[in-house]
Amino acid sequence: MARAVSSRRKIGFTILGWIVGFLIFFPILWTIIASFKTEAEAIAVPPSFINFDWTLENYITVNTRSDYPLHVMNSVVISVGSTILALCIAIPAAWAFAFSPTKRTKDVLMWMLSTKMLPAVGVLVPIYLLFRDWGLLDTRTGLVFVLCMINLPIIIWMLYTYFREIPVDILEAARMDGASLPKEVAYVLLPMAVPGIASTMLLNIILAWNEAFWTLNLTASNAAPLTAFIASYSSPEGLFWAKLSAASTLAIAPILIMGWFSQKQLVRGLTFGAVK
Amino acid sequence: MGQINLTQVRKVFGATEVIPGIDLDINEGEFVVFVGPSGCGKSTLLRLIAGLEDVSDGKIEIDGNDATRLPPSKRGLAMVFQSYALYPHMTVRKNIGFPLKMAGMEPAEIERKVQHAATTLNLTDYLERRPGELSGGQRQRVAIGRSIVREPAAFLFDEPLSNLDAALRGNMRLEISELHKSLKTTMIYVTHDQVEAMTMADKIVVLQAGVIEQVGSPMELYRFPCNKFVAGFIGSPKMNFIEGPAAEPYNAHTVGVRPEHISLSKESGTWRGRVGVTEHLGSDTFLHIHSDANREPLNIRAQGEFDVAYGDEIFLTPDESRIHRFDANGLAIR
Repeated sequence: MARAVSSRRKIGFTILGWIVGFLIFFPILWTIIASFKTEAEAIAVPPSFINFDWTLENYITVNTRSDYPLHVMNSVVISVGSTILALCIAIPAAWAFAFSPTKRTKDVLMWMLSTKMLPAVGVLVPIYLLFRDWGLLDTRTGLVFVLCMINLPIIIWMLYTYFREIPVDILEAARMDGASLPKEVAYVLLPMAVPGIASTMLLNIILAWNEAFWTLNLTASNAAPLTAFIASYSSPEGLFWAKLSAASTLAIAPILIMGWFSQKQLVRGLTFGAVK
Repeated sequence: MGQINLTQVRKVFGATEVIPGIDLDINEGEFVVFVGPSGCGKSTLLRLIAGLEDVSDGKIEIDGNDATRLPPSKRGLAMVFQSYALYPHMTVRKNIGFPLKMAGMEPAEIERKVQHAATTLNLTDYLERRPGELSGGQRQRVAIGRSIVREPAAFLFDEPLSNLDAALRGNMRLEISELHKSLKTTMIYVTHDQVEAMTMADKIVVLQAGVIEQVGSPMELYRFPCNKFVAGFIGSPKMNFIEGPAAEPYNAHTVGVRPEHISLSKESGTWRGRVGVTEHLGSDTFLHIHSDANREPLNIRAQGEFDVAYGDEIFLTPDESRIHRFDANGLAIR
């Protein structure tokens, strides 16, 4: 009997899981469907689900009106670049926090996290002015820099929790075996932390890819990533519902595909610190 | 190669003084065992010598050179950890070759030395495996292999056998002793197990609360312990301590008699007692005897099989030449 009950429960939970999954995915699905409609159909009430004239018109318009490859390139450069730059700073920092802690380590970690509690708009003006004076407005370099700074606390925290799972004995063994600090990090720490670094990297690429506040405020056209590309179709005048959907679909497609293939690492990354 | 001298070495963690100041000379080729109860500072002392902890004060010299501030990688010492601390992402071959790679040796030379170490340690069949695929004993051997390839000035062992089961521990003890005989390199070995200390050491350093209680060869410590702590720590089963009236005839506050230095008789003897629990090991019999000499039951080791029943009356006679006398402070009276 116990078996039957447990399998019934299993089926119940599976169905529930699919329902929740579908609810979460629905907005994305709706956006994708809307992108194949005409503008009139896209706002029609009641909305049609499948039985409308499927059209690629929106994609064609979007591609002719804006430079999609440029925005993709910008998004890739900004998200990957800022993540790599942040990793270069975060790996030594997390090493120090995890393996050479002092009395102040906890305080410094909390302080770094506290910067995430500051509303971004609070520092918009000073950063905007700095960017203007340094000629960084609408440049990829500027965005790489700003997104690196924004995600750095999260990256350091994630790496710190991963590094702490590595037994310090092994690093000490490397020291005894004659490894200098850079070699200890390169030959022993990093290879052992690869899964952690990979999920940190993935999660931060996604965070940077989706970051809209700074990318919208600090770019105009040249360095505008996909977020700005979508926003350009959200106009207070005129009806661009279908085109906006097409732009959104194009913008999320690359990251959706990447996310699909790296589910395992992502789950580990999102639940970091939750399970020891 | 392998002379290590400690001068007034002190270690403080925050407000706690773990090692108040130790002077110790370890001679070339010696097998020195640091032994003591847990928390006595023996591992800390080893880590200070290794360079994994910074000394708070004092001086460490290795082969006559001041190594006090040298990083571990520059001290030329090899260490075997309790947890083995193998590199989980590397094969056995790479694990053993790692110190040589760090030293910038040619790949061909590394390969030759790894092969040699693997042959010595019976690891040739496992060179392509990762540490996760090895048994405890094999991992231990890889850890030793990793330390011997580099031909260090001295080997440091931090409780290397405590994760192994009893049978394997006995084997590895022999293997390490064997290794010391063939390499003739200085070895410093930390353990809380006095059996390991007695069987392997040339010189035992008994530590308590960061202070050296006594230094000497195993037999010196066994025969002439300088205080009650050493007397009780070295030897198994533990020495019996007898206080009060029974100690008075010996002009001592306390007398100590090892379980193996008390003879038993059913007719007559110095002290009278009743048999408590007996443990028959075949080769030996351990008896717990409640006697009028002492409040605590006395432990007696009788050779071979000894036939008594619980509650039997029995007489005990200590071997007068093997009685240890201690004053009120626990120091030996010579």
